[in-house]
Amino acid sequence: MTTDSETRPTESAADRPGAIDAVPVRHPGRWVAIAVIAVLAAMLLHLLLTNKAFEWRFVFEAMNQSQVISGFVKGTLLVTVLSMIVGVSGGVLLAVMRLSDNPILAGVAWVFTWFFRSIPRYILLFTMGTLGILFQEGVAFGVPFDWKIIEWLGFSGDWRLFTLDANQIFTGLVAGVIGLGLSEAAYMAEIARAGIMSVDKGQAEAAEALGMGSGKVMRRVVLPQAMRVIVPPTGNETIAMLKDTSLLVAVPVIGELFYQLQSIGSTYYKTFPIAVAAALYYLAVTSILMVGQYFLERHFGRGFGNKAPRAARPAGAGGA
Amino acid sequence: MTAAAAAETAQPRTERLVHAVNVTKSFHHNEVLKGIDLDVDRGQVVCLLGPSGSGKTTFLRCINQLETIDGGRIWVDGELMGYDDRDGRLYRLKNKQIAAQRREIGMVFQRFNLFPHMTAIENVMEAPIQVKGEGKKESRVRAQGLLDRVGLGDRGTAYPAQLSGGQQQRVAIARALAMQPKLMLFDEPTSALDPELVGEVLAVMRELADEGMTMIVVTHEMSFARDVADTVVFMDAGVVVEAGRPREVLGNPQHQRTKTFLTRLHSEHDHP
Repeated sequence: MTTDSETRPTESAADRPGAIDAVPVRHPGRWVAIAVIAVLAAMLLHLLLTNKAFEWRFVFEAMNQSQVISGFVKGTLLVTVLSMIVGVSGGVLLAVMRLSDNPILAGVAWVFTWFFRSIPRYILLFTMGTLGILFQEGVAFGVPFDWKIIEWLGFSGDWRLFTLDANQIFTGLVAGVIGLGLSEAAYMAEIARAGIMSVDKGQAEAAEALGMGSGKVMRRVVLPQAMRVIVPPTGNETIAMLKDTSLLVAVPVIGELFYQLQSIGSTYYKTFPIAVAAALYYLAVTSILMVGQYFLERHFGRGFGNKAPRAARPAGAGGA
Repeated sequence: MTAAAAAETAQPRTERLVHAVNVTKSFHHNEVLKGIDLDVDRGQVVCLLGPSGSGKTTFLRCINQLETIDGGRIWVDGELMGYDDRDGRLYRLKNKQIAAQRREIGMVFQRFNLFPHMTAIENVMEAPIQVKGEGKKESRVRAQGLLDRVGLGDRGTAYPAQLSGGQQQRVAIARALAMQPKLMLFDEPTSALDPELVGEVLAVMRELADEGMTMIVVTHEMSFARDVADTVVFMDAGVVVEAGRPREVLGNPQHQRTKTFLTRLHSEHDHP
């Protein structure tokens, strides 16, 4: 509304332009789009409801089988969670190594990333399942090269704390988690590195000037801010990992969602409903993950977003 | 270290808080500091003036070792910064020891550098808790007191992005004071501020000076230098051109370079 603090002699207040009541721009294209999409949606719905090939009853029955559910919980969910824990913590560690002043650490991180990014996951998982052949006497923990040292010194026996059976490590879900986790760490390393580099250098300087050691600077100041950049692509990676658990069959792991569904499908000669069942499972979990990502992003975006209204006080009260 | 360099390591005197001798620093063969000497007594306010690129910010950053120096020595409160002097042989300090030396030196940056993911009061509490191991409760009480002192007692829960530049810089001053420093370094603290916000930050700094804080201030605010500084140091091209009482250096500069700088500054700003 206008204020009539100043009225020109020739025009009354009523003649001055008031509130705008204009005709909005029309969007005929939108109506056309709505019509087209409505028709397509109706066709899709019709297809889903009437096409016999879906065999919805079979789909839901298959989804409800105990071996499918257990494959979903252990092979899909658990492996996703464990692999992402390995991947994220390994990735952050690799990123910090890569950005450190120590050329050895930086080099090791680079080689790791190079190696694990180069190998397709399916082949990596297949290899993981066969690694036991390298360690036929088991994987021992103790003094490195102990047998050589003992031989030089003329002693006998061994200097080993404990020995694990390699064929137990490099099999099943453990091999799967190691393979997927290491591969993920290589990708996460690049994501975390980008996140760390996105934080203004002045932040680390301010923290250093306060007397914080490099570890504290990283943990308290740099990483929390880097998370804002790291979380969205990590959500992507988690969703990708969820789906890559279907590659576990290469290890081979059979306690996994898609393998179990497939075996039901081949028993009953019903391939298509099985694909639908698998898609429904993955759709459901991905939706849940996306909700989780929303909350994570909100948490790490604090202080950056416009959650709270901006203070409308450009000039402060002066230095008291 | 050569014997000559070792001989230079004179014993610092106790009323002096900062004692810098022949400080040199190069970035990629570009010598930005060409032998700076500076003494700051306890409770003194020293303003570093000079055209941009004269090395004043670099020198300030050398004092708390955000930059390492190539030559010369800097002592703060009798402690040689960055090195351990064992019979004339210098040993580089570990990062942990350097961090410990920095604890007693507060720094305020041109771009504030508040931690954006923490509220104002969390910014002030962070270093006492993380570095000094102070309790959360105690630290909160002290932080609130410091925010009150800079006139922002009611803005503790705001994130930096919700504060004006002047308010952010005052929080940054409170954050530095929370470590109870014996020396405060200000790197162009008002240069990134809108003109109408400069005053509130300078007011806090004046008050700090009145309370006896030892301060080294890189600034272009001539009125602040004239009114508050005990000593004004004019730098140009990596050397100290002249230094002295503000009235002498600013009112009656002896060197042509100082004169040129001051005239240019006066013609740029309406206020002298």
